[in-house]
Amino acid sequence: MVEGAVTSGLDARCVVRRGEFRLDAAVRIEGGETVAVLGPNGSGKTTLVEALAGLIPLDAGRILLDGRVLDDPAAGVFVPPEGRRVGVVFQDYLLFPHLSVFENVAFGPRSQGRSRTEVRHRTRFWLERLDVADLGGRRPRDLSGGQRQRVALARALASGPALLLLDEPFAAVDASSRVQLRRALRDHLDGFEGPRLLITHDPTDAFLLADRIFVLQDGSVVQSGTADDIRLRPRTRYVADLVGTNFWLGEASDGMVSVGGHHLSVADRGMAGPVFVTVHPRAVAVYRRRPEGSPRNTWETVIVRIEHHGDRVRLQTGAPLPLTAEVTPGAVSALGLGAGSKVWVSVKATEIGVESA
Amino acid sequence: MRGSRRALRPPWPLAVAAVVGLALFVLPLAGLLLRVPWRDLVGLLTSEVTVDALRLSAVTSTAATVIAAVLGVPVAWVLARVEFPGRSLVRGLVLLPLVLPPVVGGAALLFAFGRRGPFGEPLYRLTGLVLPFSVAGVVLAVTFVSMPFLIVTVEGALRSLDPRFEGAAASLGAGRWTVFRRVTLPMVGPSLLSGMVLTWARALGEFGATVTFAGNLAGRTQTLPLAVFVQLEADRDAALALSLVMVVISLIVLVALRDRWWKAP
Repeated sequence: MVEGAVTSGLDARCVVRRGEFRLDAAVRIEGGETVAVLGPNGSGKTTLVEALAGLIPLDAGRILLDGRVLDDPAAGVFVPPEGRRVGVVFQDYLLFPHLSVFENVAFGPRSQGRSRTEVRHRTRFWLERLDVADLGGRRPRDLSGGQRQRVALARALASGPALLLLDEPFAAVDASSRVQLRRALRDHLDGFEGPRLLITHDPTDAFLLADRIFVLQDGSVVQSGTADDIRLRPRTRYVADLVGTNFWLGEASDGMVSVGGHHLSVADRGMAGPVFVTVHPRAVAVYRRRPEGSPRNTWETVIVRIEHHGDRVRLQTGAPLPLTAEVTPGAVSALGLGAGSKVWVSVKATEIGVESA
Repeated sequence: MRGSRRALRPPWPLAVAAVVGLALFVLPLAGLLLRVPWRDLVGLLTSEVTVDALRLSAVTSTAATVIAAVLGVPVAWVLARVEFPGRSLVRGLVLLPLVLPPVVGGAALLFAFGRRGPFGEPLYRLTGLVLPFSVAGVVLAVTFVSMPFLIVTVEGALRSLDPRFEGAAASLGAGRWTVFRRVTLPMVGPSLLSGMVLTWARALGEFGATVTFAGNLAGRTQTLPLAVFVQLEADRDAALALSLVMVVISLIVLVALRDRWWKAP
């Protein structure tokens, strides 16, 4: 890229050394695009957030946001956090405990020296936008996890950021409200036009909220692409373990889920309407001949690809419902499996995860 | 806590020592309270010497507390947040007045800020200000002795404050001064307040540095503790009344800080 060329979005290569640990990650995000950085604890996710927000300086690389250089150690440029216009929803939200919800959201506009009326106007707008207008007088400690998350998002957006960073936005939320919050967050993110970076260790967050996914491991991006790219073609064993779960959108009714016209029998009979369906590759059994037994979901298909990952083999099957199965190398040779082999697969109804969408 | 019955009965050597130890605190206070001339109390407390000492102590302790807050918070901030060579040396220097005999502190002040001292002389030439044996001298002496309490308290609070709150404020567009003013300071507010109460209490009780640096001029530099000392010779009842005042103030300070010190385990 030409030096100083004006482009929209984020274009960053972040190199940060911390003792033994070294983060070296390149990320590009267009305006209106959500990119998830997926990785386990200690992979460097939070370091990446801190570097982009300007809370720690880069050791090498460069951060370019809408054509502005925010950090470039080689050129001696470092824009401090208050000059970056990078909004952050922090892991545990970090709402100021001594300020009311209203004052928390007003903090950004006020710090930017806007007029009193403008601050009030802007704050009200974002409180309403995130459905927390009625909480304005409360203290953060009196809010539920979900309310805190929305206030934190309102606070970040009210400061008028050019880039939005969300660091594990569901970490402080109990599992039961996660589904609903995820949907709400997706709607709220749609209202932000700049690039959005979502940090998470949960593949489901990444699949549902992000357009593209970067998998971070030990400070490096080991794979990037769309959810399907990564899910169906994990490049390493680690990525396969992390994101290699079969994942579909379906429609549930009467203990059945329809996924692209294919019907699966599921254990939860109470589900109805749109659902996310997950099946772990280890839960898929593969046979040469039609099996007889308890599994309610059995169908004939063909193997389209075989990948060896050490002591496990991942099989990709074709129509009617493409999925990934994980078996041992021994099973592959005993059954004589290869690309093009006709097989029967089966999945127990109890092994199918169904979550309302 | 409700423990087992055994835990309630201490071994007798401990029990005896504990009783003696407590007596060490209780007996002097009891002796004081037994001798207080309750009937003449009002008259004693409104005498000129007493009122002067009370007023001077209130003014100088409060002034010292304000100065300690204005100057001590920045010192605490630097010690807690800025990494520089010799930081532990500087911290030691700041804490020195806590362990230094106050008389020595007063002597040091006298050598430095006396009219012929290396700092006192230019100060006198430039402003005509003479610190020793003046009210300003009292304030300087008690500030010297009491400010470490504020610095220690605030520095501890700054260290335990999650610095990510300040990062969050900066990411919202707040400059460093705004972050300090609107996030850091309010978040350490409770500690600052209790540091100020401690500082004020220590300033009020200051004796050695004050008498050495500012002297003991009735109506001018004679603070409450100095008045108590002098009145023990001149007018025992007045000394008792003044002592009672200081006991009451100390109790009020203890109650004010109860959340900090008395938190039941």
